[in-house]
This record gives sequence, C-alpha cells and structure tokens, in this order.
Amino acid sequence: MSRPVPDFYQSLTDLAGKAIKDRDLGNKITIQVGSATCEHAAGSQVIAEEFLRQIRASGRKDIVIHRTGCTGRCSREPIVSVQVPGRLPVKYERVNRDLVFRIFSEHIQGDAPVTKHILDRTSDVISERELMFCEGSRCRRPGPDFRARFIAMLKERAVGPEKVRVVASSCFGSCGVSGGKASTFILARPEKILYQISSEEDLTELLESHVLLGLPVERLKAKEEPIALEFLERYGDVAFFNHQSRIALRNAGVVDPESLEEYVALDGFKALSEALDRRDPDWIISELTKARLRGRGGGGFSTGTKWGLARKQADTTRFIICNGDEGDPGAFMDRSMLESDPFNIVEGMIIGGYAIGAQRGFFYIRAEYPLAIKRIQLAIDHCRAHGLLGKDIMGSGFDFDLEIRLGAGAFVCGEETALIRSIEGERGQPKVRPPYPTDRGLWGHPTCINNVETFANVSAILRYSGDWYARIGTERSGGTKVFALAGKVVHTGLVEVPLGTTLSKVVNDIGGGVSGGKQLKAIQTGGPAGGFIPASMQDMEVDFEPLQKAGSIMGSGGMIVLSEDDCMVDIAKFYMAFSQEESCGKCTPCREGTTRILEILERITLGKGQPEDLDKLHRLSRLCQRTSLCGLGRAAPNPVLSSIKHFRDEYLAHIHDKHCPAKKCVALIHYEIIAEKCIGCTVCARNCPVECISGARKEAHVIDQQACIKCGNCFDVCKFAAIDRV
Amino acid sequence: MSACCSSTDNWPELERGYRAMLPEDILAFIDENRQMDRSESMLIATLHMIQGHYGHLGPGHLEAVAQLMQVPLAKVTGVATFYHYFRLQPRGKYLINVCLGTACYVKGAEKVAQKLMDELGIRYGETSKDGIFSLESTRCVGTCGLAPVIMIGDEVHGPLTPGQVPTLLDSYLARAAEDLAAASAPEAR
Ligand SMILES: Cc1cc2nc3c(=O)[nH]c(=O)nc-3n(C[C@H](O)[C@H](O)[C@H](O)COP(=O)(O)O)c2cc1C
Ligand code: SF4
Ligand code: SF4
Ligand code: SF4
Ligand code: FES
Ligand code: FES
Repeated sequence: MSRPVPDFYQSLTDLAGKAIKDRDLGNKITIQVGSATCEHAAGSQVIAEEFLRQIRASGRKDIVIHRTGCTGRCSREPIVSVQVPGRLPVKYERVNRDLVFRIFSEHIQGDAPVTKHILDRTSDVISERELMFCEGSRCRRPGPDFRARFIAMLKERAVGPEKVRVVASSCFGSCGVSGGKASTFILARPEKILYQISSEEDLTELLESHVLLGLPVERLKAKEEPIALEFLERYGDVAFFNHQSRIALRNAGVVDPESLEEYVALDGFKALSEALDRRDPDWIISELTKARLRGRGGGGFSTGTKWGLARKQADTTRFIICNGDEGDPGAFMDRSMLESDPFNIVEGMIIGGYAIGAQRGFFYIRAEYPLAIKRIQLAIDHCRAHGLLGKDIMGSGFDFDLEIRLGAGAFVCGEETALIRSIEGERGQPKVRPPYPTDRGLWGHPTCINNVETFANVSAILRYSGDWYARIGTERSGGTKVFALAGKVVHTGLVEVPLGTTLSKVVNDIGGGVSGGKQLKAIQTGGPAGGFIPASMQDMEVDFEPLQKAGSIMGSGGMIVLSEDDCMVDIAKFYMAFSQEESCGKCTPCREGTTRILEILERITLGKGQPEDLDKLHRLSRLCQRTSLCGLGRAAPNPVLSSIKHFRDEYLAHIHDKHCPAKKCVALIHYEIIAEKCIGCTVCARNCPVECISGARKEAHVIDQQACIKCGNCFDVCKFAAIDRV
Repeated sequence: MSACCSSTDNWPELERGYRAMLPEDILAFIDENRQMDRSESMLIATLHMIQGHYGHLGPGHLEAVAQLMQVPLAKVTGVATFYHYFRLQPRGKYLINVCLGTACYVKGAEKVAQKLMDELGIRYGETSKDGIFSLESTRCVGTCGLAPVIMIGDEVHGPLTPGQVPTLLDSYLARAAEDLAAASAPEAR
C-alpha cells in the first residue's frame, strides 16, 4: 500500500535538509540577530547591516548572519549571539554600532569575547561546557540534590568554571517522555546531549568522561530530546530563559521566521504529516483532550471539546479562525508568536482545519501589527508553493486554504461573534450566544475560533502526545502559558512557564523583581477584563481557577507589575476608561454602566468622592456584569471590584482623607521646594512649562502654587532631592 | 441605492468618475473581489488599502467604494466610523501615535504625551501647522517591553523620556526637509 503522506514529508525534509546542508553552518561562525517589532525598535536592523559591512570588509567567507524572530527579552534588545562551532554561543545585550565593531574585531577576529557586554552577565569566565540540571518538580527526588553533589565533586577535583559551568533549569518537558524512573535530567552544552541520571555513580561517570575527557556517556543518554533543545542550546545559560519551559515559544529566537526549510529542519510539519497519514481526525481531538489544552485567549475552554463540537455538525461547510486581535492593551505574546514562528501557527491551523473538517481558515490579525501580517502572509505563500496548503495537502486528498483578514482597531472584535461579523465586512458588534460559533458562525456555518497561542501548542502536543503535555501543567489545565511581563519589573519580556508556577517565580525569579528597588504592590492579570492580585498573594499558582477565585482572570497573558508608586484607584480608572471607550454601544448596561462607573472613579481621584461612592460602584458593577450582552461589558467591572476588594483602604483614603497614598492622583498632591536642600541651581525653573518657579541663582527657589499645573517636571529634574511631593 | 445604479442610463459615466478617484491597484482589487462570493466581506480590506494609499478616507473615497463595490453608502460609512483605525481626516506627513496601553501608562506615557503636545502645540487628533506631524493615541503597539513607546509612521521608539522628545522630533523634521530638498532638486538624484 502506498503511503503518500510519509513520502511527501520525506521529500520535504530532504529538501530542507539539503538547503540547510548547503549553508554548511557547522563550519561557519554564525552571528544571530533578532528581527521582530521590538528588535527593530531597538535598532537591530542597523546592527545587522553593520555586521554585514564588517563581514564584507574582512573578506571572510566563513561568517554568516542568521535572522531570527524575538526571544522575548525585550528590555535588553538588540541582542546578538555569536556562535562559533563547538563552543557555547555568546550573547550580547544592547548592541550598538560601536559594540558591533568591538564584537567583530575582538571576538570574531581575535577570539576574545567582549565579556563586559554579555547578556545578563554573571561572570567574566567563558566556560568550555555547561551542564543544566533540571530543577522541575518531577526531577526532584528524595536524598541529596544532584546539583549540589556535582558542585562539590567539581570542588574536590579542583575543576574550575573555565572548564564547566553548572546551571539550574526549569522543566525540560522530558519528564513526560521518559517518565516513571526517579531520575534527574541534565542537558550538556554545547554537545546538546540530554542525560538522565539516577545515581551518584552516574554523576561521577558524567564528570569523568563527559566533562573531563569530552567523551559522551552513551549509557546515560535520554531516549528523547527535549522539545526546546535548540532554544536551550542557544539561551540555556541565561537565568531569564532557563527558568522558563518553552513549548509554544520553542522556536522563537531560534528559527528564521521567513524560512520554511529551517522550520522543517526543526521538525516542522511532522505533526501535520502524522495527523494526515492517520486519516483520523478524532485522534487529533482525543490527543488535545488528553492534553487538557485549554483556550489561551482567556476563556480557558477545552480545545478538544470545542473542535469535537464543530466536527459533529451536520453542516459540512466549516471554517476555522485564528484570533490574532490581541486586544489587551499591555500584552504582546500573540504578536511575538506570529512574527517569530509563523509556520508553527500555520501548521496548527491546518491541523485544526483537518480535525474539524473545514475547507477554509482565516487569520484575523490587528492592523497595528504590520510585521506579523507580513510574516504570516509569507508563511502562507511558502506553504502554498510547497503543497502544504491548497488542494490535496501533502498528497492526503485534504483540501484547505488560509487567508488573512485585518482588524481595524476595535477591542470588541476580539470577542468571537464580533470577530465573525468583522470578517463578514460588518461593524464588529457582538451577537447573542447561543447559537455558538461552533453551531452557526461565519456566514452561518460551523466555525471554530481559537487564540494564536492555542494553535501554537497543537503541533507540539501531537508530536509528544497529549499525556506528555498534560503532565507539564496542573490537574485541570495541561501545559504552559506565555505571559507578557511588563510594567514596573526589572526584566520585561515574554515568559513561558508550566501552569501551576507561582506568580512570585514569574515576577521575581524570572522578572528580576520590581524595578527601582520599590516594593511590589500588585500584579495585574487579564487586562481590562481582569483584576489585581495583591503582593501578599504572590505565592499563588497561576491557573484559570485560582486566579478567578482571587477576583482576577488568566486572560490572554498580559501581566503588569505594579509598585508602591502606582495608585490602585488610578489604574482601575485607566481600565474603566479603556472599556468605556471600547464599548460598542449596543447594549445599555455596558454603554451607560461603564460611563457612570468611570465618572465616579474620576470624581474619587479628583478628591470629590462621596462616602456612598463605594456602594454605588458595587451596585453599578453588578448590574453591568449581570446584564451586558458580551464579555466586554460583563468583565469590564472586574478591575474595579478586585481593586476595591484588595485595596479598600486606598479608596477610603481618597474619599475620606482626600489623600492619594501612592501620590499619583494629581488633584490630591502638590509640589514644594525644601528651602534647606535647594542650592539654587535653577534647573527646575528652566524646566517648568508654566514658569511658576522663581528664585535667584544660588538661592532657594519657590513654587507659585496657584499657577503650578503639577506636571512633576521639577520633581523629576531636581538632582538634589530638594522637591517634595506631598 | 447601490444596486440600482448599474442600471441607470448614465452609469458608465458615473462609474468613470468614481474610478478616477481610486488608484489602479485598488480598482483591480475591487474588480477581482466582485467576481468572488461574499465580496462585501472585502470592504474592510478595501478601506485599509485606501487609507494606506491616501493616509485617510475622504468622503469621495467612501462614495466611490460604495458605488464600485455595490454596497450601500450607509454601510460603508458605518464601518469606516466604527473602527478606530480608520481616519476620516487628512493627516500630516508623519503620524505620531502615543501608546496609552497599560504598560506604557504605568511607565509614564502621559508625560511623554504632554511633552509632545507642548512641543508641537497640538492635541490628539490635530495636525501641526507645517503639516508635518499629526498626533494620535493608540492602545498598545505590542512592544510593552520597551514602554513607554510612541510610533512615528511605522517606526517604534522607546523607552522614551520627555527629555528625549525634542531631539526625536528634530530628527524627523530633518528627514522631512531632506525629502523636500530631494523633491525640489530631482536632477541631484
Ligand atoms: C471583549 C473581548 C475581547 C477578546 N479579545 C480576544 C483577543 O484579543 N484574543 C483572543 O484570542 N481572544 C479574545 N477574546 C476571547 C474570544 O472571544 C474567544 O473566546 C477566543 O478567541 C477563543 O479562543 P481559545 O478557545 O483558543 O481561547 C475576547 C473576548 C472578549 C469578550
Ligand atoms: S456588552 Fe458592551 S461591548 Fe458587548 S455588546 Fe454590549 S455594549 Fe457592546
Ligand atoms: S532643581 Fe532642585 S536644587 Fe535646583 S533650584 Fe530647583 S529645587 Fe533647587
Ligand atoms: S510641578 Fe510642573 S508646573 Fe508645578 S512647579 Fe513643578 S514644573 Fe512647574
Ligand atoms: S521536571 Fe525535569 S524534565 Fe520535567
Ligand atoms: S502598552 Fe504600550 S506598547 Fe504595549
């Protein structure tokens, strides 16, 4: 019996293998530069050009530039990685033109890395090798900790850090594959070998053979490679990354987002080929169900169940839609995935189309993401040209095609019924559900809508099995979740962790804690539909139910860190202003409710709050929650209710004492110059937009309180801490 | 009012007039879509193309789209006004979009916005007198890691302090002046 799909897949991998082989990277020095919106903003395009110039000038043929998407380490961009064959890659942060020159002449030409500018530098020593010990819960075992033992052994034998460095890492996801045995996984770099260690003898052998002699220990090699092997190989030494478990983001910062060959070389389309070869859509659905994959767009509905519902419909004209509207103002996971690993999302959609029996699929992407749109279009074009989209995909007889539709700046269009109307070319106003889109969606036909990240997990689940994925998460929710960490946190960026990880680990261990040495006040999750988790609850595990119980929601993955400098009433007002502006106006409780709630919040921050305002806020919020038509109105009061729940005192201070504890609400503060501290440098006076600061040179200055508009400029510019905000 | 027009006597003449209002590629796009099922679903895509070409959607554009796509004008206007991304007024050479998303807000976006307004002497929705800058606000451009950010044209800048605003604006003014010089001295090219 001929099996067209495996044959097709074989020829695809041959093609990719040949293209990769022709590049001969094994014998070349690779300079890797990120290319996604954040990187471009930080100047990565100029950097890449500069490297190109240097390479040309040097006349060397053994140096290449490799473009990748975004690693998610936003605050350190542009990041450049230099990979010399057989060595650990060296990554530089905040690279500028001068540094390009130094990296090129000192590191590439002179073999001496510019250690001062290494990403998240912890030491000046560049090690020959690195061993990453998994610290995940399933690799922990009773008795002495292997990592501590190994470090002690190194000490006993006086093996220094130039020889080997030991790193702790989060779950590799290998526990699910090789499961059962009480053992710890260790990844050796740069050899990219995963070892499975269960005794002290194993550990000794690893040291004596692998580390000291450079001979891999065959006996201890794990059966399967970790899913994010290539990612860990490049970034495993950096704490920000090795505390993460990357599945959805496994290729981000690794693959060239515009190269089908590279994606295929990373096992791309293997899952699709298996799915098509089995000719059994129910198998896909059952694996997703076993995986306990829950929608990453916010609702957390089981993806397996949703696909199963669509599949059962009598109507056989069906559609599948990828929701790339990413409306939460303060979230950017979906953008990053679309820009950095577009083929993976496309593969997830084709698999979804096959599972539910759809003929056409749509990407709905917000117009504010031009690069994401461009990369997805390129991926679609490549797939069409290679028989992965269109008629008879991979020789399986399955016909399916994809197209892009653009959003146009309306938050409510992220809601599924509104999104459908927008694709139909209408105003994006939600409709009453039921009927649900799986019954009657786009043009009245059964339609599945899923979030970008949901699709990003599909190929991984089919390749490594649903059980594997389920084991990584919690009892109720399988796998990982990507968060966009931003706000008052040291390391902003994208963080992917197993569900069930504590908030504190995300914010402190990975995010490096609150910036500026301030105190953590709260963590906001779920954007305008979510709420606040106070600092006192930071040990909570992230999962759908615990977050909801605390008055917030998981949402799509926005995570904003707030410090003691942030006023909770002000932030609640910010979200309410957002919801009020984005309300589509179709139903009264949402349209009027958000307006009224906003008025009250404004009044409170202006110092005109009344004692009964808290009650009013409660009543209006409940009404809005209960009687609005769609999720926007129903969730809009969440930030208000959760801030009242956890920060009631702050509201009371505003209302009764006309005082803003965070000193944020402009109407409730004023600026004063402390005469004893002021040296009369005149800087403040020169920076005051309304020229209300007076005083002679070298004499104490004064602010005319009547004229002051409280812009805070003077406070920011005074270098002598002579201005007080009260 | 739309479907009727193709049958009125002077339709060819009207059509010629409407076609003259749009560039070739957009006309080709509309013609191609009209052959498709559910062509009206391409309305938003068509408006995106027009805004991409002209920078805004003028009343004439909306009417031409309605006529050529055979969609009621009320629907075209309804869609164009519903979506914030569509602008119905012309704008300056460079559109400055201040991000007022959460990450940017908590990192002080309002101060940057205030500085922009002070420097340019305009408020949101307005265009500077020299026609170079227009100011708008947006909710998250997806680079929250660099907050606070602003977008000028297609380029994202961040993290920004109010103090950096004047230099940044100057660099765009210089660019505009260069373009102008290049345009008035084409032989130099
Ligand atoms: C006001 C509103 C905005 C939404 N915005 C988004 C969004 O930007 N992205 C998204 O994936 N889901 C969004 N959703 C959720 C979608 O309606 C839908 O549940 C989701 O796309 C389903 O995909 P999932 O099952 O993979 O999560 C929004 C919902 C509401 C009510
Ligand atoms: S709840 Fe708000 S956004 Fe949703 S349909 Fe009603 S008015 Fe529109
Ligand atoms: S900047 Fe500070 S020290 Fe200088 S004049 Fe103003 S208040 Fe005094
Ligand atoms: S707060 Fe602003 S307006 Fe008031 S004195 Fe300081 S600089 Fe001037
Ligand atoms: S806990 Fe170690 S690999 Fe998962
Ligand atoms: S909040 Fe400004 S870029 Fe996201």
